[in-house]
Amino acid sequence: MKDLTQLLSEQPIFSDLGNDMFALVAGCAHNEHFGVDEYLFRTGEPADRFFLVRRGLVALELVRTAGSRLIVDTVSTGEIAGLSWLVPPYRWNLDARAVEETSAVSIDASCLRRKCDDEPRVGYVLLQRVSSAMYQRMHAARVRMADVYGVPAND
Amino acid sequence: MTDTAAPTRTELARELGEPMLPRPYVVQQTKRETADTATLSLASLDGVPTPFAPGQFTVVGRPGWGEVPISISGDPAHPDHLEHTVRAVGDASRALVSARPGDTLLLRGPYGVGWDVADGVGGNVVIVAGGIGLAPLRPALLQILAHRPRYRRVFLVYGARAPHEMLFTRQLEHWRGRFDIEVAVTVDAATPEWRGHVGLVTSVLPRSYLDPDATLALVCGPEIMMRIAADALVTAGLRPDRVKVSLERSMKCGIGVCGHCQLRELFVCLDGPVFRYDRVAALMTAREL
Amino acid sequence: MFDVAGLQALIDELIRRGYTVVGPTVREGGIVAAEIHSIDDLPRGVADHQQPGEYRLSESGADEFFGFASGATSWKPVLFPPRRMLWRHTTAAAPVPEPLDDTPRALLGVRACDLRAIEVQDRVFADRAFIDPDYVSRRRNTFIVAVTCGHPSQTCFCTSMGGGPKPSGGYDVLLTELVDDEGRRFVVDTGTAAGADVVAAIASRPASSAERTAADDVAERAAARIERRVDTDGLRDRLYEAREHPQWDDIASRCLSCGNCTLVCPTCFCVTTNDVEDLAGPVGRERVWDSCFVVEYSYIHGGPIRRSTQARYRQWLTHKFASWIDQFGTSGCVGCGRCVTWCPVGIDITEELARLSVRPATASDKEGR
Repeated sequence: MKDLTQLLSEQPIFSDLGNDMFALVAGCAHNEHFGVDEYLFRTGEPADRFFLVRRGLVALELVRTAGSRLIVDTVSTGEIAGLSWLVPPYRWNLDARAVEETSAVSIDASCLRRKCDDEPRVGYVLLQRVSSAMYQRMHAARVRMADVYGVPAND
Repeated sequence: MTDTAAPTRTELARELGEPMLPRPYVVQQTKRETADTATLSLASLDGVPTPFAPGQFTVVGRPGWGEVPISISGDPAHPDHLEHTVRAVGDASRALVSARPGDTLLLRGPYGVGWDVADGVGGNVVIVAGGIGLAPLRPALLQILAHRPRYRRVFLVYGARAPHEMLFTRQLEHWRGRFDIEVAVTVDAATPEWRGHVGLVTSVLPRSYLDPDATLALVCGPEIMMRIAADALVTAGLRPDRVKVSLERSMKCGIGVCGHCQLRELFVCLDGPVFRYDRVAALMTAREL
Repeated sequence: MFDVAGLQALIDELIRRGYTVVGPTVREGGIVAAEIHSIDDLPRGVADHQQPGEYRLSESGADEFFGFASGATSWKPVLFPPRRMLWRHTTAAAPVPEPLDDTPRALLGVRACDLRAIEVQDRVFADRAFIDPDYVSRRRNTFIVAVTCGHPSQTCFCTSMGGGPKPSGGYDVLLTELVDDEGRRFVVDTGTAAGADVVAAIASRPASSAERTAADDVAERAAARIERRVDTDGLRDRLYEAREHPQWDDIASRCLSCGNCTLVCPTCFCVTTNDVEDLAGPVGRERVWDSCFVVEYSYIHGGPIRRSTQARYRQWLTHKFASWIDQFGTSGCVGCGRCVTWCPVGIDITEELARLSVRPATASDKEGR
């Protein structure tokens, strides 16, 4: 059984972080498991933690008319599920559901935010890495807005 | 300049042929793939098989309904049945999609430079398909699977708009079940019944490659998807001259004489439609070229 | 060497041998190729005046048969007709190809530029993976009587494009018209055995050395009178590099995308195909001339790729002077000047090429001063 530090070090966002930074973050981390169709978080709930997927597949769903849902993204091994913890009002805008049996490391958001306030150096490095993941997702979402597989209308 | 011993008109016609003359083919089978796409299986009326290379296309149409270039989507080991997967986007393609078994179509070809799958022998092959782009790649994959021991790892990455817009679903399941090919499928968005990935094809590409130098990538789909996938593959270490894309331009003749398909100095129908990415990357982003 | 009677004898001999003789004639204020039978059908004493966007005929005052430059049409429609059936449906399932045209034709009065244009088109239609069998058939049955150009127009620039007023080959017979105190006569050269055979059947005498010199002078004087220039050295690369040059916008502000240039150009070859129908149903497929200036030309699902006039003009000019070289091994332009003459707004490609060859000043260039 790997310890938390080892699990964290396998995550791309924490690679080559340096032992002291690592210990700081590890203090906010917990190991979690989700069964098939279990929810990691739900729309409207406080965004008090985020997840680094170790193994499995998580669907991010947008709530639509009459509660129907649309999967707009999936998160798999080595990726981050949950970004709303970074920006006020710290509330989830999506549902996150485990499509497969999923193991993840959860990071307590207020714990991490506090530690980043105390050690801005750590905060800056983490922000850079999380921003990179955010940017990838945003760009991918923009490309999908171009509806490349649809038949273009005669414009 | 005249030559008193010139051949007669008939002799000359026989010697030269007429490249624009189509041949009759009979629809043997049709299969509806999605709401606007169907796969037709054709056999030449005279029973002569039509050998083709994966990635080639024919120019085909219903009599009186024009003709359009369509990639061959079938198994190159069975040239007696020419499969074409057609999407209804205009009058000619709509007429093809609504063809019934027994109908006669007129066909020219096969034409074009194909994937040249043998280029990947001895190494890994990554096949990246987007939407209807899976159709011209299917012959390549079938050819690889028919000679599986010649290749190392084989990946199929397929992105579609939604689960109900995927092609060859039964065959996809079959490929997924095989141990000698790694299949990853993703869609742009899906309802919760979907148990797979949602995101761009790049999100399910292999993260890294053993021997990227010895890896061949075949990419087909809408141009923006091909560019993004090709760039991601090159970033992951593949050589740009070992990433191939299949381009599409307005085509009338399919044989390089009408001029419509030109992409600067390239005739997409003659020099392509399959091109090495390093050759066409800059041309693909040029405005209105 | 023969005189005016000899010219008529040449026409008669060609007709006697079964050729349809096609030569320059005056029609509706322009010089147009048409079937002729006699020297009276030729534009005797006619001169042409060509400028960007202008074309006018006048009396030359000299009694020459070929005292003009390029005709309004080139010889392109003879070998590559604007409309041609490709195949027809039959009661059987398989369509049949249209019979090839093998009418023997003798072209009288072909200029060096137009002869080079035919050679450029030979590479497009007859020397590739897929050939045009009708072009090959017409070409094999074509007898060419070329003529040295003595009166280039203001829009000509053949000397910049690797040619000149006198063709270096590719003809069956070459005539150089001399008009001086001794009267009007033609110095005759032959280029092929077929040409020599025809000339041998006509009364002629050897040309004197003075006459040979005079014939050379015609070409030299004509070359000296050509004013327009194109610098072809490195032009292909310059044009490729000029893809986003602001000059394209400038041209586009004037260009009507009417496509006249592509119609009169002796090398433009783009075509489209159509289904042909009558009341009873589908008849077959035809091929018709097309132009890259037509918006639908680059149409794929979703719309045309070259939507703007700017992109379409850029396509035409870049193809003609750059991509053509990569595709066929020669430039696509022979310097006949017709596109300059027949452009309704007078766009002069020789000027535009010069402007496009100059790298535009960038913002940093300006600040550096």
